[in-house]
Amino acid sequence: MSVGIIMLVHTAFGRAEQVARHWSAAGCPLVIHADKNVPAKTYDAFVRALSDLPDIRFCERHRCEWGTWGLVAATQSAAQMMLDEFPQVRHVYLASGSCLPLRPVQELIDYLAARPQTDFIESATTAEVPWTIGGLDQERFTLRFPFSWRKQRFLFDKYVQLQRAVGFKRRIPNGIVPHMGSQWWCLTRATLSAILEDPDREVYDRYFRRVWIPDESYFQTLVRLYSQQIESRSLTLSKFDYQGKPHIFYDDHLQLLRRSDCFVARKIWPFADRLYRAFLTEQGEAMKRTEPNPGKIDRIFAKAVERRTRGRPGLYMQSRFPVEGRENGLTSAQYSVFEGFSELFENFEDWLARTTETRVHGHLFAPERAEFAGGQPVINGALSDSAALRDYNPRAFLANLIWNTRGERQCFQFGPRDNQAIEWDIAKDPNAQISVITGAWAVPLFKSTKDFIEIRREAARLQQIESQHLNVLRSQWAKARIRIWSLADFTEAPMEPLQTIIDEIGHQERRGLAQVPRMVDLTGFGQFLQALKNQGMHPYLMGDFPVSTGGIGQPSTAPPKPYLVR
Amino acid sequence: MARLTGARRAAEAYRLRWKRRHLLFRALRKRRQLRCVIDRTAEIAPGDILGFATVRNEAVRLPHFLAHHRGLGVRHFLIVENNSTDDTQAYLVDQPDVSLWTTPASYKLSRFGVDWLTWLLARYGNGHWCLTLDADEILIYPHHDTRPLPALVDWLERHGRRSFGTLMLDMYPKGPLQDQRYRPGEDPFDVLCWFDGGNYMIRKKPDLENLWIQGGVRARRFFADRPRRAPTMGKTPLVKWHWRYAYVSSTHSLLPRHLNHTYDESGGEALSGILLHTKFLPTIVDKSVEEKRRREHFANSALYEGYYDALIGNPDLWCVHSTRFTGWRQLEAMGLMSKGNWI
Repeated sequence: MSVGIIMLVHTAFGRAEQVARHWSAAGCPLVIHADKNVPAKTYDAFVRALSDLPDIRFCERHRCEWGTWGLVAATQSAAQMMLDEFPQVRHVYLASGSCLPLRPVQELIDYLAARPQTDFIESATTAEVPWTIGGLDQERFTLRFPFSWRKQRFLFDKYVQLQRAVGFKRRIPNGIVPHMGSQWWCLTRATLSAILEDPDREVYDRYFRRVWIPDESYFQTLVRLYSQQIESRSLTLSKFDYQGKPHIFYDDHLQLLRRSDCFVARKIWPFADRLYRAFLTEQGEAMKRTEPNPGKIDRIFAKAVERRTRGRPGLYMQSRFPVEGRENGLTSAQYSVFEGFSELFENFEDWLARTTETRVHGHLFAPERAEFAGGQPVINGALSDSAALRDYNPRAFLANLIWNTRGERQCFQFGPRDNQAIEWDIAKDPNAQISVITGAWAVPLFKSTKDFIEIRREAARLQQIESQHLNVLRSQWAKARIRIWSLADFTEAPMEPLQTIIDEIGHQERRGLAQVPRMVDLTGFGQFLQALKNQGMHPYLMGDFPVSTGGIGQPSTAPPKPYLVR
Repeated sequence: MARLTGARRAAEAYRLRWKRRHLLFRALRKRRQLRCVIDRTAEIAPGDILGFATVRNEAVRLPHFLAHHRGLGVRHFLIVENNSTDDTQAYLVDQPDVSLWTTPASYKLSRFGVDWLTWLLARYGNGHWCLTLDADEILIYPHHDTRPLPALVDWLERHGRRSFGTLMLDMYPKGPLQDQRYRPGEDPFDVLCWFDGGNYMIRKKPDLENLWIQGGVRARRFFADRPRRAPTMGKTPLVKWHWRYAYVSSTHSLLPRHLNHTYDESGGEALSGILLHTKFLPTIVDKSVEEKRRREHFANSALYEGYYDALIGNPDLWCVHSTRFTGWRQLEAMGLMSKGNWI
């Protein structure tokens, strides 16, 4: 008993010949179907080239176009010929010219000999398969498809729409249940002849002739009527991408294909010399007897689909430039924005870096330059601190920074003195953690020795900017994790908010903050605000500071005493 | 960018159609400036991948340029030589797979050689995958070491694509430019093995719908104070050509504009490549002296004098955050190009 091979060929005849010889050398009879579209000259040369092989036949030729009946007709003819001419064949393996046997053919023969009753064919009902393309699953069995999807797409689509509109539905003959699956199967003589000799074959053929992609459903459906034992999987490794196009294997897939332990793979790029050499000439490593295991390499293909359809979040490049709303994440990782903290605390940035072990920058969007951590002029990815470059495309600057430092959380300071062009991008970014002490920009002004008129002007400007900025943060489109305190509220109980923010950043320190940042001395801040008021400016973003004392919670006499939460 | 209404889009498409016709007509006129030195185009077979380039004084770069792209599977090179004073012409004539034209006419007035190439593309490129490059551009793409160009274009065609987008990556040495040693034929990336890994800025052009990418070392070092002037780094060098097509400015953008859609807008990543730019080989310093005088490289050359002066000063472009080039997998992992679902 042996295995007969049906080969459907339409191109790369040199490779088809090579593979045919390989099958034949292992004693497998072959029936070859060549697409009728192949020119006579090419076909004749192909037949001549194989004429020295003993058990080889060429069957009646049909015109094969993707998704049409021709492929089924070709398979039927070839199968019939196989059954008629090679009585010793027990299993028939359907392969194509671009299939490549990965394991010694004898292993396949032994494997099938050990399972004489089993039909290997992927066969599932439409409800259960996720891989239908173009939204046509059940409908491919209930509508008619006389037009070619590839060549007559317009008519194809219109005719589908028309049938949907008028509510046309085909009757499925004899109550068969449509099943679908990979086109590449391996059936037993008993099952195959039962299908081909079915008294109702005429009826089924007529029905499937107008089904869409019948080569993935004809045998897959009918096998359910006759098979003794179905293994619903294909022995041919064949992977499809998210558009239903087959993956092609190249030389660099050698190890991957070996690892799959599959008997046959398709499609192989015809010029993959190394693959053909490796699998067709280097025979017989130790017999492995292992089960084919395409699952081992599935992850790689799943990742490819993910990469193609969702991409790497936060990456903008020449072949990924999502329109607004389709970014799947504006940035690639979480980061923290601190507004007002470095104004209120002395050496806040150093403290934060020590406490959270993150990279803490100064005001990245400062008007003079991007204040990278450590005062560096250039940072990861050769990102420059030039304010002009940054302001030319602030969004790209931020996305680049976060992308370039993947794996290390970034924190930076922000405030009303900075370029506000970035505010919407940060506010809408779920990766951003924004903590704001409103009115804290007044602290440096309070400490400043500048002319008071100038201070007053600057205070008015900053307050206006920050107030607009707060509107952005409070808008319904803001997606960041945003916390806002007024300066008065924050100074009253600074440790609890700090602890919350640090916890969220998520770095150790479970026992509370061991070391706390030193708040600047706010003695006289109340009077300072009053002075601004007296000048006709109304500072309100800081909250209420009594004129008499410095800051609430900070007695004006004793130096500020740090205290711990919990 | 305002969303164009249907009518405005149609009007825009109509305007661009006339623009394309105008470009083709220009190319037709400019063909008279070309004199054929050696014509081996009879050897071009159907399906061959063709290379196109305009060169001037590139004897240093050409050996590696031709060898690399030959190795990838370019079957024939169609080259316009413009005003060379070194042995570029003699070298090219001796190459068995090169057809050569020469012209003494102005590079700038030929839209930086594009008019000449448009003519050659229309004449010889129709129906072929055509790779249009400068002599200082080396194309790489995911798996280029195991899958030659025929594999790439075959895959692109299967996926209904007629064009392939790349980022131009300025490669530079560590140390002053002129202090490096490079001999023709050597791998330039033994010397130019550093690049800027993550400072690219992208905008979508509303009219041609191509991506306008700027950044890299030249933006960082020479245009940090006027970023708008920084060079454009996005290119679409590989196209399944049709005689109606035309490059608009260098190979940055094409008409019809659907050829510029080499990127995914719904979040996914399409397959893309990199042009490794060998501009900063040691010859750049002397060349800058000459180009500053010739004023043939920029439409508004006066604006770029500072740029030339900086280069003439033999600068060191390297910084502590430069990335050392190790291969395509690195560039793919860094997101400078993508294999999409071509695995």
